[in-house]
Amino acid sequence: MSSFADQLLVLVMLINLIMLGTSRLMFSIRAVAVQGVILGVLPGLIHPFSGHLAGITAGIILAKGVAIPYFIGGAVRKAQIRREVEPFVGYVPTLLLGAIFTALAFVFAERLPLAPEHKDLLFVPASIATLLCGFLILTTRRKAISQVIGYLVMENGIFVFGLLLTEAMPVMVEAGALLDLLVGIFVMGIVINHISREFSSIDTSRLRALKEE
Amino acid sequence: MFLLDPTLFLLVAASCIALSGIPGLLAHHSAWGQRVAAIIVIAASCLGETAVISLLSGIPASSYQIDWPLPFGPALFSVDHLSTIFLFPLFLVTGAVALYSVAYWPAREKASAGRLTFFLGLFAAAMIIVVMARNGVLFLMAWEVMALSAYFLLTTEQQSSDVQRVGTVYLLATHTGTMALFVMFSLLRATAGTFAFPATHALSLAVPVATTVIITALIGFGGKAGLMPLHFWLPGAHANAPSHVSAMMSGLMLKMGVYGILRTVSFFDQLPAWLGWLILLLGAWSAINGIALAAGQRDLKRLLACSSIENIGIVFIGIGLALVGLQQHASYLVVCGLAGAFIHIVNHGLFKSLLFLGSGVLIHGTGTREIDRMGGLARRMPVTSPLFLVGSLAICGLPPLNGFVGEFFLYVGAITDGIVAPLPLVALVAPVLALVGGLAVLTFVKLFGIVFLGAPRSADSAHGHEASAVMTGPMVLLAGGCLIAGMAPVLLVRLVTPVVGFYGGLSPQDMAQVMGHIPLVPLTCANVLLLVVVLAVGAAYLRRLRTSPRSQGSTWGCGYLEPTPRMQYTGTSFSEMAVSLLGGIVAPDRRRPTLDTPIPPADARFSYETTETVLDRILIPVFQVVGTAFSFLRKVQHGQLHIYVLYIFATLCVLMIWKN
Repeated sequence: MSSFADQLLVLVMLINLIMLGTSRLMFSIRAVAVQGVILGVLPGLIHPFSGHLAGITAGIILAKGVAIPYFIGGAVRKAQIRREVEPFVGYVPTLLLGAIFTALAFVFAERLPLAPEHKDLLFVPASIATLLCGFLILTTRRKAISQVIGYLVMENGIFVFGLLLTEAMPVMVEAGALLDLLVGIFVMGIVINHISREFSSIDTSRLRALKEE
Repeated sequence: MFLLDPTLFLLVAASCIALSGIPGLLAHHSAWGQRVAAIIVIAASCLGETAVISLLSGIPASSYQIDWPLPFGPALFSVDHLSTIFLFPLFLVTGAVALYSVAYWPAREKASAGRLTFFLGLFAAAMIIVVMARNGVLFLMAWEVMALSAYFLLTTEQQSSDVQRVGTVYLLATHTGTMALFVMFSLLRATAGTFAFPATHALSLAVPVATTVIITALIGFGGKAGLMPLHFWLPGAHANAPSHVSAMMSGLMLKMGVYGILRTVSFFDQLPAWLGWLILLLGAWSAINGIALAAGQRDLKRLLACSSIENIGIVFIGIGLALVGLQQHASYLVVCGLAGAFIHIVNHGLFKSLLFLGSGVLIHGTGTREIDRMGGLARRMPVTSPLFLVGSLAICGLPPLNGFVGEFFLYVGAITDGIVAPLPLVALVAPVLALVGGLAVLTFVKLFGIVFLGAPRSADSAHGHEASAVMTGPMVLLAGGCLIAGMAPVLLVRLVTPVVGFYGGLSPQDMAQVMGHIPLVPLTCANVLLLVVVLAVGAAYLRRLRTSPRSQGSTWGCGYLEPTPRMQYTGTSFSEMAVSLLGGIVAPDRRRPTLDTPIPPADARFSYETTETVLDRILIPVFQVVGTAFSFLRKVQHGQLHIYVLYIFATLCVLMIWKN
């Protein structure tokens, strides 16, 4: 079973690279939705079945696979933006950087003092790679929606790490984290709408008015 | 017995006062909310005062412990004699101010009244909890609630740029102090192992730790008390707050700093020998500088604020005397110093609040804070002017009022023990007190004379009017307190005897023996006699005035045929000589005209601005230099969100590599 989980984790990392390489926003959103669904399936593969587990799986698939992509998609449609134009760093360089970071994540995970039962799995490197790719999206893209996607990817990375602890993690904590994310995305969706209505642009590099002079 | 527990009464009173402002916040028309708040606060103050009196009469107080889910040990509330002496003026002034605020800051006219009432309640309640807390973290929480609600109170008129500026200065000062307190309580936690306060005289620390604790306490609490040179926030903050807020800040909040130092000092079983002398010196320095600053002020409330620095200085002189006495086992000095300090704490709470409430009436009636624009108000404010006179006489430490009683103890302690015991240096306190008293008389003669006597100096002053009884009533209460305490000093002595014994670690027999040496009966007789003589002479003068023929003329006309109000002495000219003698301390900014032009001379102007020596000449220039030196850091803050995220990213990468 765990080899299947490893294959899914490889898929997660590939999706990271897809998101780094594409300029189409709707495509990115669908990719992040697929990533969310995969993450939702993962706990079922590595831990024995229980009611708690089923709840988590359903909750994650609903939140990460359906609700959040739906909100962001709505924001994209309302703001009428299809593509990320002129990112700070081009697509090919970010793709290359993403690949380098993924490789570095493996190197780094090797050296972490992990528990022996976690040593052979891909969870830790996949988690760090996803986190770094999220950061990369966050720093190199200009549109607010791309940044929301960046946050999502980052959160997915943290989630993968949390999978190691699923059994130890109480339901309340997970529910809290999910709710946090959902509300965060919801607020961002609203904020993006307002920004685009107010300034007819959601280019975050122009949002500098709050800087102290 | 449970029903009669004073601690419970105090906690109930604190909760009621803290919540009193909420109806006003929720209500659509906050006018009745304000009245409800005033009624609640007055009722709670009466309850609290009952508890305080029952505590003083010897009913034992219990402790309350709340096991909160915070990792700092249980929250412990308790009252001892030291707390009681601070609670006594607290409830009195809080109740008086609650009534006063209904007329002074009416919700009908001022939109900020709801907010003001809310924070006033929170402020008073936080101070009650500060003196009751027996856990470091609980104490700091209450302390911060007090400091922050004071900030919101003093920035009530937030549209004015002056208010914004002093608010920021206050916030910086109070948080610097809190930072020092964090260090202090962390050190105590590290050595004692718990955040709960150590028992009295139970703490013995290594010398470096003890020194650090004491120094941080002096910075944190001394800054709040307004001890020089940490007083720089005080004049501006008191001057720009609404007057009843200034009354509470000056009369009560400054004392919390004194309480903090006394409480910290009480932890130690052995105090360093230099501490008493240091506190004595700081006190003397604050007293002389404070009153010198006050003498040079033109702003009514700034003058009163500077005089608060002086009074805090006198309190610290008393504490310093007592600590020196403890070190040298001179029980006479201990008793006199402590009794003087505690009596002055209570007294200052009464008369400084009275004066600030009076200044509120003046500002309400004339619309200005400038002394030099007032004048002739005694005729227009027949109730306020005698009350203000009582407050002024009391604050100068003149008999027969209460201010004299506290200073009397200090004089007796300094002179007797300085000469009898082997501490001749202590006798130098007496001339310092005399100098301070003299300057205080000068300052308040100027204040009262320029404001109330003479002819009006401006149209505002000419149209000045008396305030309603709701505003003068609380002042009558406070002035009555000053008068009674002055006539019967034995009341004050009874009030402070338990706390002096408790704090000085003296047995009742020792106390009684030392107290027996203090000439209280002659003091009482002299005070009463003086009042009788003053009243008799006054009555005789009034009778003569009625029978004798009189001529009409303007006050202080100086024999001129057509004097104008502009020919009168102003406050600035009255204190000119003192200010020029004390130039090093006051350092006013004078712009004189040059008189070398030929006859007829050209137009010339003279201007006189008081400056804040520490703030304007030291702190602000230093901050500016630091600001320029670090301005390159501003480039890091450019407003680009992406780059900010990149900072986090880079930090993360560095940490990952570094740990490997």
